[in-house]
Amino acid sequence: MSAPVLSISRVSKRFGPLLANDAISLEVGPGEILGLLGENGAGKTTLMNILFGHYVADEGEIRVNGKVLPPGEPRAALEAGIGMVHQHFTLADNLTVLDNIILGTEPLWRWRSDHGEARARIRQLSEDFGLAVHPDAVVSTLSVGERQRVEILKALYRQARILILDEPTAVLAPQEATALFATLKRFVARGLSIIFISHKLGEIMDACHRVAILRSGKLVAQKDIADVTRAELAELMVGRLVPQPKAVAQEPGVPLLGLAHVSVRRGAASLRDVMLQVRAGEIVGIAGVSGNGQSLLADVVGGLLPPETGTVQVNGAPLSAISPRLMVECGVARIPEDRHAEGLIGDMSITENVVSEAYRSRFSSHGFIDWSAAAAFARTIIDDYGVKCPGPQARVRLLSGGNMQKLILGRVMNANPCVVLANQPTRGLDVGAVAYVHEQLLKARSNGAGVLLISEDLDELLALADQIAVIYQGQVSPLMARPMVDIGRLGLMMAGQGFIHGEQDHAA
Amino acid sequence: MRLEPLEKRSTFRMIALPVLALIFAMAICAVLVMLSGASPFQVFGLMVKGALGSRFAALETLTRATPLIFTGLAAAVAFRAKLWNIGAEAQLYIGAVMTVVMGTGLLPLPWPILWPVLMISAMLGGALVLSVPTFLKTRFGVDEVVTTLLLNFVALLFVSMLLEGVLKDPMGLGWPQSKKVLADAVLPRLVSGKRLHLGFVIAILAAVVVWIIDRRSALGYEMRAVGHNAKAAHFAGIPVNTVLAKTALLSGGLAGLAGWSEVTGLKGNLTLDLSPGFGYTGIVVAMLAMLHPLGVIASAIFVAAVFVGADAMSRTAGVPSYIAQVMVATSLLSMVSAIMLTRYRVRWR
Repeated sequence: MSAPVLSISRVSKRFGPLLANDAISLEVGPGEILGLLGENGAGKTTLMNILFGHYVADEGEIRVNGKVLPPGEPRAALEAGIGMVHQHFTLADNLTVLDNIILGTEPLWRWRSDHGEARARIRQLSEDFGLAVHPDAVVSTLSVGERQRVEILKALYRQARILILDEPTAVLAPQEATALFATLKRFVARGLSIIFISHKLGEIMDACHRVAILRSGKLVAQKDIADVTRAELAELMVGRLVPQPKAVAQEPGVPLLGLAHVSVRRGAASLRDVMLQVRAGEIVGIAGVSGNGQSLLADVVGGLLPPETGTVQVNGAPLSAISPRLMVECGVARIPEDRHAEGLIGDMSITENVVSEAYRSRFSSHGFIDWSAAAAFARTIIDDYGVKCPGPQARVRLLSGGNMQKLILGRVMNANPCVVLANQPTRGLDVGAVAYVHEQLLKARSNGAGVLLISEDLDELLALADQIAVIYQGQVSPLMARPMVDIGRLGLMMAGQGFIHGEQDHAA
Repeated sequence: MRLEPLEKRSTFRMIALPVLALIFAMAICAVLVMLSGASPFQVFGLMVKGALGSRFAALETLTRATPLIFTGLAAAVAFRAKLWNIGAEAQLYIGAVMTVVMGTGLLPLPWPILWPVLMISAMLGGALVLSVPTFLKTRFGVDEVVTTLLLNFVALLFVSMLLEGVLKDPMGLGWPQSKKVLADAVLPRLVSGKRLHLGFVIAILAAVVVWIIDRRSALGYEMRAVGHNAKAAHFAGIPVNTVLAKTALLSGGLAGLAGWSEVTGLKGNLTLDLSPGFGYTGIVVAMLAMLHPLGVIASAIFVAAVFVGADAMSRTAGVPSYIAQVMVATSLLSMVSAIMLTRYRVRWR
């Protein structure tokens, strides 16, 4: 390897009792993609925040091209050519692409900004790196993939030579992720260096040259991608062997969830004449590219969005006046897409969160809540579902993503639900937590619940689902039994083959 | 300089920072006092003496705190659910209007019946005033900060109209004031010859009731859940709009009680100067109390003491009593900063 562009030496960072980074040393060479692999909470983001000057390391130093980077100064990091693309984008939605890119690069005291030159440079960068995006488009009109390109352009515009991408594929459809990897290859061909943070093994294998694995704040290994297998990486990351979920064959029972001719519209999105049935003891998977009506389908089944036409049946009874509470009472366990926004209330305690669906029915009498019973219930869930936390009084915001999801699972699964609605239940989770969620879904299935699993992760659907349907622009295909499913055909269906086109009257 | 969130909120910070904030606010006021040519020690001494230095002064402070406890609770209850009720002033006045409408002769009842009737009327009046903006918010998404704030002026002009018209006391020598409430409606004094009245005790009871609702009841839980994350509350099946409507009834009702207690306990009738901004000061009281119902009692007494003390001080020291406004304002600003510092650690670079 030629002289490293970036070298991190013995960096440590402590948050109270937690050692987030323990004497980590890393080097990145020119033209190299280094994968930084680790579970949530392993210290990846902390390390990158130190590198970018958001945090100050307790010990250790960082050198860029041999020069020590002054700690705690994002501007110095920028000037040294480090560019960061955050997991959650930092764009101003109401500005154009051009404005977003040049924001902060211009001198403060100047009457007008030189848009012509900036536009030309952005055009050039877009062409050179294959990052197609219109400079005058307003960011709020862009897709997630396009926004990510803007973020990358922003870093390139500031002449970044080392690009840090924090979980870049978490928000992308499979095709978009593939396109991103191709772009990254072009970057390194031009001598840039990339640090690619991820907890997805497949991506690391596909995109990187070398991988560094973090576990509980320690650097456990550095390997060339050519020398490792996926299973080895998984074991290094988690620290033990990860069991693969196995679905035992079983005969499905009576229909538990039925949607008949359900149509509904919300903004520009719609569901059109959806027919769907989930029987006892089976998992029905809904495949599809992000944004094809999955969230509407989930909201209808979850009781948040009453259908305009059509009927919803749970356990054989057609429901009228659909509401979240009605669905809970009918025995529908709902695992929402967004843990933070919908699943949990971050500033409230674990106890307060686990009773949020049942506080009226189970934990109160005469309008008063029995908090000691609620706390006992919370402790049961913490024990049964292995939620790592200081105790039932801990605020949920402090939990990791995986522990949050365990809490939600505990809340909805403990009552032996008849239907389980899981919308992207493993998104953003680490390997261990993903396996746990899968295990719970299979357990619900073997207990005779009907599981509706909406996922953008095809591997997950193929591993778990008994039947699979594809959702495309609000239409749901007929169910296909898993042994019959041909992956190539599934991909084509996800791209719209076999669906009715044309009559999609886009509202705004 | 940047803020790092603290993993745990330590009890030490929770107590020490607000105290430091108050000391800081006093230091700023001391500078202002010096600029006006007086000695801060003398001025603060006079203020403490004027607010707490004698039996009379202390009772006067508690009298002034009474309406502030009610309006402070009104703000605290609403703010917990993130219903930004800036209109306690209007609710107070309409509560007072209801009190004089029902209590000046319409219902010649004995006090054990008349008191609850008047209290409920005042609460309904205040609740109604807040219900309208809350309905507009939940139904049409109209910002309640604007509507509740503007209703304050509407309410005051409405009261002015009533006092020049149907509610005007024919024996009032032409002044815009209502008739006196019935003797049976008047709240007794707690100490004979002093102005402190039973309304103070009822205000404290109200704070305890609100505290129990907040901590123990399903409604209190719902209000907090909606305040912290309305979307998640809705997902879990909590009826968000119903909860906001209930919050509005409770908050508006508490502010209405402030009007009732001022009329029946202190003034006897309704005039346009019934409240020197108790509704607005209630917001400060609630913020200083960090929205804690029992904390509202302490912060209302503190704010009342500053105002009463400043009045007394300005008579002797010649420093304008406006210093009270400055003190309350700087206390609020430094307290808000202190509350933030209980959650974050400041890193200098």
